[in-house]
Amino acid sequence: MLAIDRDQHGALVAHARAEYHNEACALLAGRDDAVERVYPLPNAEASPTFYVVEPRAQLRAMTEMDDLGLDLVGIFHSHVATEAYPSRTDVELAAYPDAAYLILSLADRDVPVLRAFRIRDGQVEEEPVQVAGRHPTPSRRP
Amino acid sequence: MAVEVRIPTILRKHTGGSKAVTAEGDTVRDLLGDLDRRYPGIAGQLFNEDGSLHRFVNVYVNDEDVRFLGALDAKLDDGDVVAILPAVAGG
Repeated sequence: MLAIDRDQHGALVAHARAEYHNEACALLAGRDDAVERVYPLPNAEASPTFYVVEPRAQLRAMTEMDDLGLDLVGIFHSHVATEAYPSRTDVELAAYPDAAYLILSLADRDVPVLRAFRIRDGQVEEEPVQVAGRHPTPSRRP
Repeated sequence: MAVEVRIPTILRKHTGGSKAVTAEGDTVRDLLGDLDRRYPGIAGQLFNEDGSLHRFVNVYVNDEDVRFLGALDAKLDDGDVVAILPAVAGG
């Protein structure tokens, strides 16, 4: 289970919408599958069907994670016209078996769908994503 | 030229789990060749059949992408740090 808070979820949706019609990408840093930091990064391909995190931005983000004692817990990208499920290219190029691959579908731009997967040795396994507030929302008075 | 090479998780099966190893070479090409002699099989993950660097492998010298430094011909000095990272890519 990957845990992200509402603000982080909102940041990913906003990044994907800002990059639309191209795919957006981001790295998620954290500990024990809880996301602590989101790094929205440039898609060097600027393409609606393909993404490559810009290599220097990738290194900077990963170095900062190391310095902060955080792990790469998630790799995020958007699908602008297809479902939130790994494409054949996603599976072929998945090189981070310890990270969850998060995909946000903007096929319906008003209703973004976020799902997460482990992609290891060509096998795709869905992983639940828990989106929650970092602090409990105060309950309303009756 | 002895250079520290940082090894990504996915390639550590070739280095006995080591995160960083030392290899020698005056250029990135020589360095990665020496790396493959020390840790056989690793080159197959880095190069295309024609010997060029795989599109989805990023190699950095002191934090700069070698594609901006002459690719495999990039020169190395003692004390340089080379990092290998799989590209984060998909479709």
